[in-house]
Amino acid sequence: MYDLIVVGGGHAGCEAAHIGAVLGLKTALVTANIKNIADMPCNPAIGGTAKGIIVREIDALGGLMGIIADKSHFQIKMLNNGKGPAVRSLRAQADKITYPKNMLKALDETENLTIIEGMVEDLIIENNMVKGIVLANKQEISAKSVILTTGTYLKGNILIGKENNPGGPHGEARSNHLSDNLRKYGLTIQRLKTGTPPRIKKDSIDFTKMHPENGDDKYYTFSFDTEPLYKINDQQKCYLIYTNENTHNIIKANLDKSAMYGGYVTGIGPRYCPSIEDKIVRFADKPRHQLFLEPESLYYDEWYLQGFSTSMPRDIQEKMVHSLPGLENAQITKYAYAIEYDAIDPLQMKPSLENKIIENLFTAGQINGTSGYEEAAAQGLIAGINAHHKLKGIEPLILKRNEAYIGVLIDDLVTKGTKEPYRMLTSRAEFRLLLRHDNADLRLREIGYKNGTIDKERYEKLTEKIATINNIKNILRNTNLSLNEETKEKFTQANLEIPTSSVSLYLLLKRPEITIDFIKKLLPLDYPNDILEEVEIEIKYEGYIAKAYKEVEKMLKLEEKIIPEDIDYHDILNLASEARQKLEKIRPKSIGQAARISGVNPSDLSILSVYLKKKYNK
Amino acid sequence: MFDTICAISTSRGVGAISIIRVSGNEAISKVAPLFDGKNLLEVPSNTINYGHIVKDNEIIDEVLVSVMRAPKTYTKEDIIEINTHGGIAPTKKVLETLLETGIRLAEPGEFTKRAFLNGRLDLAEAEAVENLISSGTDLERKLALNQMSGKVSRKIKKVRDIIVELMANIEVNIDFPEYEDALIITLDNLPPKLNEIKKELETLLEEAKIGKLIEQGIKVAIVGRPNVGKSSLLNALLDENKAIVTDIAGTTRDIVEGEIELKGIRLKFIDTAGIRKTNDIVEKIGVDKSLEIIKEADLVIHVLDNNEELTEEDQEIMTKIKNKTHITFINKNDLPTKIKLNSKDYIIGNTKKDNGLETLKNKIIELFELEDIKTNNLEVISSTRIINLIKEALSSINNALSNVDAKIPVDMIAIDIKKAWDLLGEITGETYQDELLDTLFSKFCLGK
Repeated sequence: MYDLIVVGGGHAGCEAAHIGAVLGLKTALVTANIKNIADMPCNPAIGGTAKGIIVREIDALGGLMGIIADKSHFQIKMLNNGKGPAVRSLRAQADKITYPKNMLKALDETENLTIIEGMVEDLIIENNMVKGIVLANKQEISAKSVILTTGTYLKGNILIGKENNPGGPHGEARSNHLSDNLRKYGLTIQRLKTGTPPRIKKDSIDFTKMHPENGDDKYYTFSFDTEPLYKINDQQKCYLIYTNENTHNIIKANLDKSAMYGGYVTGIGPRYCPSIEDKIVRFADKPRHQLFLEPESLYYDEWYLQGFSTSMPRDIQEKMVHSLPGLENAQITKYAYAIEYDAIDPLQMKPSLENKIIENLFTAGQINGTSGYEEAAAQGLIAGINAHHKLKGIEPLILKRNEAYIGVLIDDLVTKGTKEPYRMLTSRAEFRLLLRHDNADLRLREIGYKNGTIDKERYEKLTEKIATINNIKNILRNTNLSLNEETKEKFTQANLEIPTSSVSLYLLLKRPEITIDFIKKLLPLDYPNDILEEVEIEIKYEGYIAKAYKEVEKMLKLEEKIIPEDIDYHDILNLASEARQKLEKIRPKSIGQAARISGVNPSDLSILSVYLKKKYNK
Repeated sequence: MFDTICAISTSRGVGAISIIRVSGNEAISKVAPLFDGKNLLEVPSNTINYGHIVKDNEIIDEVLVSVMRAPKTYTKEDIIEINTHGGIAPTKKVLETLLETGIRLAEPGEFTKRAFLNGRLDLAEAEAVENLISSGTDLERKLALNQMSGKVSRKIKKVRDIIVELMANIEVNIDFPEYEDALIITLDNLPPKLNEIKKELETLLEEAKIGKLIEQGIKVAIVGRPNVGKSSLLNALLDENKAIVTDIAGTTRDIVEGEIELKGIRLKFIDTAGIRKTNDIVEKIGVDKSLEIIKEADLVIHVLDNNEELTEEDQEIMTKIKNKTHITFINKNDLPTKIKLNSKDYIIGNTKKDNGLETLKNKIIELFELEDIKTNNLEVISSTRIINLIKEALSSINNALSNVDAKIPVDMIAIDIKKAWDLLGEITGETYQDELLDTLFSKFCLGK
């Protein structure tokens, strides 16, 4: 008898099992193939815009992804470095051999955690409560709670042109019955689609015709607790190329052969990650599209052709790839494919990620309609924590939209649902100025500590950091710029205008052209760079940050208007029928959440507010 | 579901007919037993039925009853409209009869409130209806109708579309930094786009000035020291134009003494103490009081006495109104001229003989460009709430512009731009914000 069984060993499953075990649950991770633990079937990268911040948040809350990524990449970049602090985000080219290996090692070293090989085909359900799982060989394993992180394996179908083969990303066995069984228990199942580009043999690539893309020449880590383990100069290059007229002609001439356009796919694919045929059709006026060639691993010689995902038949893929500069003689080692799979309707989840119909059953990752390793890992982490909290009778951890991208992600899923694989974007976060890369620990470590996932040592490191930040701010406040010849010279040297009056260094730093690095020339500040950066951001953008907090307050006021769980929407006769249906289905926790439901209009909210006032005096 | 309500929905006064409106799920069933004619429970929707309202076998009035069944009605509820024969007494009697059946008397604006709550009107429209109900002049009615039909919402939407396009571009730059498909928005190419939005908002505000003029009229203060003939000027203006005499308190603490219509625009004569009450009080008002009035007014008419030399008090008033839109009116031109003025910018006349009043009115028309208003299109904005939101949106865009100068990163400036977008969304109710509804509900006296 396990406290927790996690079904699936992908990025969601790993985090869920790890954190469950860390919290003291006797945990089993059940995967069809132990070799596929933390597999990266698509792009060889961890992070990216918004996603990189999610990795930081996972780390701040005690998850594994950041630590493992830091050990497993061969190139790292700070995206949007030229833009404001709110949108900076790390992306690492992660090694597809090393990452899973390091993850497996971490799981092996986790106490309370057992890894079991087996294909899960059913759940044991009693009185709408999960009691365990049933494997394909009919073996039953009982557990107090179950987290499903099945990725694309629920009735997965691989599509290449007209070919349609049941199976997972590497052609492995899929779960044939679990999604049907879930439907039987009352869950709504939807069919989603995603895709991946072809892989190319390294030796067959002519890199001289391509533009190299290097890693940054600065050291970064995802984790707040690790030191950089790489050398800047040892980073691998990626390469940029473009499609051309010839490529486009080949695609246009063969559209009917594509699984997508030939009408062989029923699932809904993501808009932000279209196949190359999609791009050609939808942006017909674009003469070229960017593609990136990225190494998958240092231990084998396959390269990933990012931007070229397609579901064309093999022979057409050959022609398409050979039309590209530097790939004239390329050897395709793995053809691009589209994959369809079953997912649940995320509106059937509570914000804790527990299922609304089946108690103690949680879901995380692609089964919830998301896309991306980071999104999956984040949900896995939260599902793991909340499975524990549920069993122990603790309030679930529900991060707010102003606290974390993870909060935005889960709130969007359970409030708006999704019809296409959901990817996190910075634009989805209305308070993205507060949800920065640099302050993920300041936002979340304490929450982690309170929820038992961050130990005392790491928590004390945080309180120390906060104290140091405040201390530096005070120093800057209390130090006035002395306008002597020496300082004037420093301004001149840095090509900066010399201030006309003596201001505090705090106010000086607020000026757009003044950096903390320059302040260091006026006043020795011997502190780590990340702390100085934090100070700089908080001072420089103080006004904007204060404005954002005001907006947060407004939102929180609406979040505090709680809708009782037993509310009967049929009792509110004046609601528009669409709004009633949505409210009935989603059962939002607050007026604030209700306001984010599409189809619930201001007038519906007014009626709801009036009803609550009358009936519950809220 | 709301209870059933009724109210006299035509203006109270002596007219040919009055209409009593009943709305709610019991509207038809409660009125039917009182009606001697066809069975209202069975008549088709949108029919007018002749008959009598009868109570205790006594005919109260001869009426036409319109039956409109939910949901295609103004409130989206069942509606009965009883056209009574006019006269205050029978209408009141019918209303009382309805109230006796348990139908509740509607609060002001409650029909509109229901139309909004039942999802028939958006916020801008609901406000327009409010204006329509309280509108006095023809122009006002047209303005309200335009706002109600969503023309204003469409104008706002147009600006929002421009903003959202810019926002989307900035977001793409941020979320897909390596992709070249979109124009990179920089501090160099952002200002022209912001200026375009700014111009659109300024145009709306410029038009709103006219809207405000139509909706709120021109507040006129007649000032001058005692005994120069202020009240006789007011009376002359009011009498001649069959004044719309009202006792309605204005939006500010002042009292509107009387109104006249000039080219479709209301001139509202304001005074805090009531110039016309008694001559004794007028004597006491003096300069101090006048100064207070001046602050509130859009136009000041300064009355001087032709038969007396300028006093210190006169000159004090002249200094005070120097920077306000004002007209100097020299009264009593039938008496010998003793006054000496440096400026020639005055109108001389005589309120007793209606002498100079036309010139005075023409001067007002000229000052406020009233001649042009009727030919202007009337899709303008008049609601103070909407105007304030547009102003806030404009200031947000101005913030964005000054932040461009301060070299703030584009993705931060995006916050200002989004703010403007949200503010404009509030106008049509596209962004749900509690404060907005609180304000709205306080206006509609909701609660409990």
